[in-house]
Formats: sequence, C-alpha cells, structure tokens
Amino acid sequence: MRAAPYGAESGQALSVLLDAPDDFAGFRQAARALLALGAAPDGVHWRWNDTLATRAAEGDLFADGKLSSAQDRVLTPDALDLLVPAPGRPVHIRKAQLAVLRDACCHRNPARFALCYRWLWRVQRMPQLAGDALDADWRDLERLAHAVGREIHKMHAFVRFRPAQDASGEPLHVAWFEPEHHIVRAASGFFMRRFTNMRWAILSPDCSVLWDLHALQWAPGATAAQAPGPDAGEALWLAYYQSTFNPARLKEQAMLREMPRRYWKNLPETQAISALVATARSRTGHMLAAMGDDPGEGEAAGAGEDS
Amino acid sequence: MQTIAKLRILADAAKYDASCASSGVKGRDSLGGKGMGSAEGMGICHSYTPDGRCVSLLKILLTNFCIYDCRYCINRKSSNVQRARFTAAEVVALTLDFYRRNCIEGLFLSSGIIQSSNYTMEQLVEVARSLREDHDFRGYIHLKTIPDADPQLLALAGRHADRLSINIELPTSQGLQQLAPEKSASGIASAMGDVARHIDEARQEGQAHAAQKPVSLPGAQRARRARPARYAPGGQSTQMIVGADGASDAVILRTSSALYTGHRLRRVYYSAFSPIPNASADLPLQAPPLIREHRLYQADWLMRFYGFAHEEIIAPGATGMLDLEIDPKLAWALAHRQHFPINLNRAPKEWLLRVPGLGGRSVERLLAARSVRSLRLADLQQLHVASAKVLAFVELADYHPRPGALESAQLREQLIAQMAQGAVQRRHSGMHLTAAGQMALF
Repeated sequence: MRAAPYGAESGQALSVLLDAPDDFAGFRQAARALLALGAAPDGVHWRWNDTLATRAAEGDLFADGKLSSAQDRVLTPDALDLLVPAPGRPVHIRKAQLAVLRDACCHRNPARFALCYRWLWRVQRMPQLAGDALDADWRDLERLAHAVGREIHKMHAFVRFRPAQDASGEPLHVAWFEPEHHIVRAASGFFMRRFTNMRWAILSPDCSVLWDLHALQWAPGATAAQAPGPDAGEALWLAYYQSTFNPARLKEQAMLREMPRRYWKNLPETQAISALVATARSRTGHMLAAMGDDPGEGEAAGAGEDS
Repeated sequence: MQTIAKLRILADAAKYDASCASSGVKGRDSLGGKGMGSAEGMGICHSYTPDGRCVSLLKILLTNFCIYDCRYCINRKSSNVQRARFTAAEVVALTLDFYRRNCIEGLFLSSGIIQSSNYTMEQLVEVARSLREDHDFRGYIHLKTIPDADPQLLALAGRHADRLSINIELPTSQGLQQLAPEKSASGIASAMGDVARHIDEARQEGQAHAAQKPVSLPGAQRARRARPARYAPGGQSTQMIVGADGASDAVILRTSSALYTGHRLRRVYYSAFSPIPNASADLPLQAPPLIREHRLYQADWLMRFYGFAHEEIIAPGATGMLDLEIDPKLAWALAHRQHFPINLNRAPKEWLLRVPGLGGRSVERLLAARSVRSLRLADLQQLHVASAKVLAFVELADYHPRPGALESAQLREQLIAQMAQGAVQRRHSGMHLTAAGQMALF
C-alpha cells in the first residue's frame, strides 16, 4: 500500500502554519494544495503567526486543545505545495465569493480558516453547492465577512488623527484605534489613497502602520499612551458636534446602533454626549414654551458667548 | 468674532437640513495629486449625534443673515437669532482641518440670502473653487443652490461640487406661498430642471468619452483625449418639510414621485418640522412628527427600490395618510390579500419584493438559492426573516399559512401584537448575537 502523502490517514493530523492572522494569500495557496491532495477538513488544522510577533510564542497557539496536538505535522503553504504530485481539479467560485472568503479570514473567530476550507472542500465535491446562498456554512462565512466589512468601514469612519511630530521634527498625524478583528492591513489602503500627501500613522494593539509618503510601513502593536493627546484645534470639532445636534429629535438608540459604546473612548466628541442628552428635553421644552411667548427668549441667542 | 463662535452659530443654523449624504462619487483619490481627499462610492458617516443623525459632512451656512422671511426657518429676517458670517477662507480652513483629522467626508455648504441671489451664489462657488483649485481638495462637496441665481453660476457650481441641491421646502406651491412668500415654486422647479439637464449632458459626454478608444501608432505615446468636464457626479437632492403645512402624505408622495421621474433626483429628504428657537406664530405648536417622517421614508424606499407607484402606497379616496402603526408595505399587503400567499419557490422577483418583511438582499439570496434547489421554512430561519409578518404572506415547499388566516379580520391586530412581542424578546436577548456565538450553534 502506498504511503499517504500527508499524515491524516495514519491518524496524524496536519497543521498548516500561516504567516499572519489575516494571511489570506497563504490560506489560498494551502487550500489549493490540500484540495489537490483530497485532504478532508477534519484532518487539517489551521495555525498562524501573530502579525510581526516572534515565533517564540508558538506555544500559545495551541490554546484551543481541540485544534492541534503535539503529533501534528506542521507545514507552511510553501512546504505543502511540494507535496502535491499533480495539479488537482480546480474549484471555481465567483469573484464576489472569493471576496467573502477574504474578508471572513480577517475575523477573530479561531475557526475562520477551517470554515473556509470546509466550504471549499464541499464545493469541490458538489459544485452546485456554490450557488446555494442559504447553505449553513456559506451563511456563516457571510456573517463573518459582514462583521469584518462593517469593522473596516467603522475604522475608516472612526480613526481620528491628531497632529504630532516624529523623532526628526517632521509633522506626522497619529491615530490610535482598537479594531475588533484583524483588519488594520485590509483597512489601510483607504487611508493611503485619501491622505497620500500627508505623513500619518495608525497605532493599534496588534500592529501599527505608517505612511511615509512612499510606502506603508508595518510595525509591532502599540499602546494608547504612545498616541498624542488632544490638541487645541480639537475644540473646534467638539463645538461643531455640539451645535449640529438637534435637541428636538433625541433618538439615542439610533445613535447607539451605529456608534456602539465600545468605540466611544477613542472618539473625542463622545465626551459631549451625556450633557447633550441631559439638556435636550429642557431645551426643547423651552423652545415650545417660547413659541407662545415673547420671541426674545430663544436659545440660539446665547450661542456665541464671546462675540 | 472668533472662528469657534461663528462655527457654533452657523452649524446650529444649518442643522435643520436633513441631508448629510456623501455618496455617489467613485474612483477619486489623492494618488498623484498635491492635496488630499478621496471618494470611493459609498459615503462614510464619521460620527453620530444623539439625535441619531450621521455626521458625514461639515454642514454649515456661510452666513445666517437673510433677506427672506420664510416662516419655518430659524434664519428668517424677522427671527432674532444671533447672526454671523464666515469668510470663504475660514470655511476652507475649517474643512481642511476637519478632513485631515478624518472627522468628515467633505463640506455641505449653504447660506442665507445676502444682498442678492447672485452675490450669495458667487460666495458659495468661491469656497468650492478655492478648495478644488487652491488646495487640490478631492473630498466631497455638496452645495445648496440658490434657485434664482444666474444659470451660469449654477453651471460653475456643478463643475466643483459633487452634489447640488435645491430645497423644494414644501410639498405644494400653496404651502410655499403661505410660508415662504419670497420663494417661487416655478423658480425652484426651473432651477432643478437646469441642474438635471447639466447632469445629463455631463453623463452623456462621459459615456461617449469612455466609448471612444483612441488609436495610437506603434511606438507612439498612448493618446489620451481630454476628459469632459464634470458636473455634480453625485446628482441632485432636495428636502421637504413635513408637518409645517396641511399637506397629506398622499400629496407629499405624489410630489416626490414627480421629482424622481421628472428631474431624476437622487434623494428626496423629509424633515419633520422641528420646533425652532424664535419660531413664527403661524406654525404648529408641537413636537416633531418623527414617526410620520419615518413612514414617509419607508414609502419613499418602496417607490425607489421595490417597484411601488405612489398611488399604490396610498390608495386614492383613503384618508391620504400613511398608517402610523404599521409599515407601508404591510399596510399594502393587508389591503391586497387576494394576491397572497406568495409562493417563494415560483413567484417572480417583483412579487417577492412585495412580501412584507423581505428586504432586497434577502430576496436576492432566496432567488440564488432557489435556482439550485427548492426553498423550505428552514431557509427563512437561516436568513433570520421567519417572522410572523413574513410567514403570514408566503408559502414554501413545506409551509403553508393556516387556512383562513389570510382572510381573518383579526390579522392586522395579531401581527401588531406579534411584532411587539418580537421586539421585546430581541431587547431582552441583547439583540445582537455575535457571529461567533451563532457559529457555535452549527
């Protein structure tokens, strides 16, 4: 009997080691090889290096005991390619589906790569499954991708740059952001295209990114203390935020749905919210009362206190 | 007056405009430029205020001095609010500073009318010109247009702005005459028509340009034809005040429908009339009708995305008002029960879109899945749309509504009760299941 090309059939599971928590290119390469080998999803475990962290901490990756064991054969995507004797039957999926897989692989859920691989393996065996938009695995993938897409969108929205200077005295705009998923890499292109001619850095707990006007540079994670505090100019933004609020239309739930509290501590304007909410009813009451009275008591008359 | 004091007054004065959209412009970034800014199709809401509204653009007036006396407006001549005026340079500096901090997508600039319509419009255009030409600003610019300004100024505004808007203000010309005597409905309509024509021409030129492939000789540098000039690529929008005059919802929707088809507007915004400081005595003394505004937006979506005609949403001869208790799609289904239940495995897309509780994306997924297999009740559960509201109006391979349920005189009340119960359950369960939590179920 011919020896199995990988360990699964001898009872030994196979672990694939990806370069980073969001290493979709590595996943794709490994999945292609595994599908060619006919590796069943149950016999494949997925591991990854934390971005830019040393491999010394590899022991921590086994935190979920079910995922892997000491007997696993650990292979990188490149090493896996060498095991493939001949190109396998390709799995055809649509571009939009590939984008869903790519986004899903940025999720923090530890089962993300296993789920992607399981779906691909099932599609390989049953091609019409690719068109089943309501398949349970596919819906799970869509949910992961949706959460990631939303978090990327929120990062584009809620990163707040503050002016600072780098070590050589050059102006640098710096922001601190704490994303829920592994999205800093996926979200950075947007800032590069928008602020091409401005030097900026985004610090986050897992990794940091710097745009030096030429290329995106990657650096290890940082702490909030390393980002600059509020500057004098921020008062203008706070004043705008307070003034653009209409107290007659208080709808806190609608605000919270789009701007959940976990983002608040890194958004300067949220410090104004409690006072705006607390005074909204009385301000509206005064307006309604004044409509019947002498029109001289309007609230906006006091708006520009230092004119 | 200091900039911050002016900002307080002129942002406060602008907040009654509902629009803050920054969408509709694609494929613009700062690569190869000198300035900053980008627009990638979908607008971004950078913050939310406790009124639930998004902050996407720096929305301010250039000045709140005004020679008009529109009753509903906080800036009318007879109001005694404090007045302020920005210089064009101040607005440019504020926009760039907020943009650099990543607080906004761009600027939404409007103004009270000072001296004359033309003079005011010139000032607005100057801000946009300076941002684009002096600072190579590539973010979003929305200009509120003064209806009776010189058409040449309108043309210039569209060169720099991504979106133009002219507020129709009130749903009928009688309402406008009564509450905004200096404004003319025909002037507003003709300015909208001018903008629509400019947008059409620019779009056609753009398409023609894209279709013509230049021929280059071998070895020559690739020939490039000059791009045609842009004109408000984000289209035009308008705003209607709801609840300040006596117009019914039927009248409002008829007006919106005419605007969408006649002038191809991107959006009509509905603004529930909000109590303002120093309000005119001619106006209703009440809190803003927010639920009415919400139902109008739902009806508006039915017209734009679900294939409903305005006269279907509010049947002629009825009260002319939307049902505040239930959404307009459910109201329509209850009034047209003879068309239901809809067979989700066989009915065409336009009928799936008429099922209460089914949104456009759910419909797309159902259509995709039914092309490879037959749909079952579990599929609706998988989509999280198996609510009482949907189940009352559909049938599937393994599901049919109870005989007689659709004809029941109590159906409306039953659905209202079940929807209220569902809302309570969702609140108690913490509402948002995380994706990780859901995955553990499978």
